[in-house]
Amino acid sequence: MIQVEHLTKLFGPKAAIADVSFSVEKGEVLAFLGPNGAGKTTTMRILTASLPATSGYAKIAGYDCLDQPKEVKRLIGYLPEVPPLYTEMTVTEYLTFVGRIKGIELERLPVALDQVVERMSLGEVRGRLIANLSRGFQQRVGLAQALIHDPPVLILDEPTVGLDPKQIIEIRQLIRELAGSRTIILSTHILPEATAVAKRVVIINDGRIVAEDTQEQLSARLRRSEKVSLTLKRPTPDVQERLLALPGVLSVHPESTNTFLVEAELGCDLREDLSRVAVQNDWGLVELKLVAMTLEDVFLRLTQHEEGVEAQP
Amino acid sequence: MSPVGAIVRKELRSYFVSPVAYVVATVFLLLTGLLSFLAIATASNRSMQMLRVQGNLPELNLNEFVFRPVFYNMAVILLLVVPILTMRLFAEEKKLKTMELLVTSPVTITDIVVGKFVAALTVFAGMLALSAVAPVALAPFAEFRWSPILTAYLGVLLMGGLFLSAGLLGSSLTENQIIAVILSFGVLLLFWLFGWAGQVFADTVFGKVLTYLSPLDHFEQLVNGLVETKDLVYFVAGIVFTLFLTHRVIESQRWR
Repeated sequence: MIQVEHLTKLFGPKAAIADVSFSVEKGEVLAFLGPNGAGKTTTMRILTASLPATSGYAKIAGYDCLDQPKEVKRLIGYLPEVPPLYTEMTVTEYLTFVGRIKGIELERLPVALDQVVERMSLGEVRGRLIANLSRGFQQRVGLAQALIHDPPVLILDEPTVGLDPKQIIEIRQLIRELAGSRTIILSTHILPEATAVAKRVVIINDGRIVAEDTQEQLSARLRRSEKVSLTLKRPTPDVQERLLALPGVLSVHPESTNTFLVEAELGCDLREDLSRVAVQNDWGLVELKLVAMTLEDVFLRLTQHEEGVEAQP
Repeated sequence: MSPVGAIVRKELRSYFVSPVAYVVATVFLLLTGLLSFLAIATASNRSMQMLRVQGNLPELNLNEFVFRPVFYNMAVILLLVVPILTMRLFAEEKKLKTMELLVTSPVTITDIVVGKFVAALTVFAGMLALSAVAPVALAPFAEFRWSPILTAYLGVLLMGGLFLSAGLLGSSLTENQIIAVILSFGVLLLFWLFGWAGQVFADTVFGKVLTYLSPLDHFEQLVNGLVETKDLVYFVAGIVFTLFLTHRVIESQRWR
């Protein structure tokens, strides 16, 4: 459904994205994961046919984003990072306007409007000014805007940014419901979000794709060790030695005088052993927790991994 | 409905939910109303004077003594007021990021530019129509010819259209409305002064070009009741060219 081949976009001498290639099958949900400034928005804007690429091409349903922008724009619904809302309009007025510029015929417009309002649960706020809606409702109006012409492809740029946790869950639920019949690309800089809604994840950093895989394989590849953070009240000088002596422990890094980061082999839960040792030695165990992998870890891991492989003879 | 129609409707709505159209129209109508009153009062004083001197009521040419100065002054007011009408059109869309919606929709940039221009021209024409209250109110009490007034209105409409297209260009260049208004005002005043500069270099080719580029001469012809193709061509070509430049500016912003 979506094909991107060797896409490069230069802004002056700086490459916003370089040699980006991926493809998305019909009905698939793909998450675009990367830190701010990694090139997610640039890629999405090229896909929406609103930004021309410097080289390479992007195709949606066989239509080239550069040469056939009108066909491409008909097929996509796009929610930019800042939802493009005319805040002085009511929800109905706004969606009517969007429907018209998206090319919905006048007779079909009321039906399309009712459908999208129901789908996004906007019924209670239909007649209200967009300016007076909560951020969560505004985001839903933004999604409704992308959906009103029932496009087969949805492109969502950071759809949950700036929402409270309850709203985030709601929007993710909506995206999951929309999947299936539609092809969806969404961008995010939050790892759990990517895994919560998408089957396949493309990780992009500094304009380049550093990994592309299904969620299961990606986490299997990434989690090569278990990390536990251990905070002690009265550590003795031999703490590191004793911890290293435990079975399965790979390394111990002191993070401060009282906190230690213990790394162990994959599939080895150290917490029980660690607490026993701490109690036996009267170190005054204060905190013991599994360290979840942050996005920074993912990037470090991925980039170091790739470089490491290349460096080895 | 075509996408242009949808954009025109949206812009018109936007003019009337914000105070902009009301404030601009009020100021414009108040000033032109006062101008008309002053012009009529001056003409009536003069005819009283002539009555005293000559002993009979003279037939003053109202077209010349009342309406011509009113239309000239109206043009000056438009110079100040029109950029206010257009400053929002692109600057705000860019600032609020709603431009993204327009450029990712299956509408062309021409649709967007034309839609916005037509909406602004509609508001402007409505405002202008209301100013016709002066000649209409005067008609039962005085004798004057309607045809030069109609051609003068055509002139004001065309010149207003040219100003609006320049304002649209100013707005497309920035996302700051104040800058948009200053830019368009500056450009308009520059072209206005070309008329004067044309007189300074009167007999040279350069002077003739400057005079031709300034809207003043062309406007004067229409106010004097002369409808000539060359003046109509000047205004229409000017509007189309300025809208084309606006189109190029918006198009080029996609590349950055």
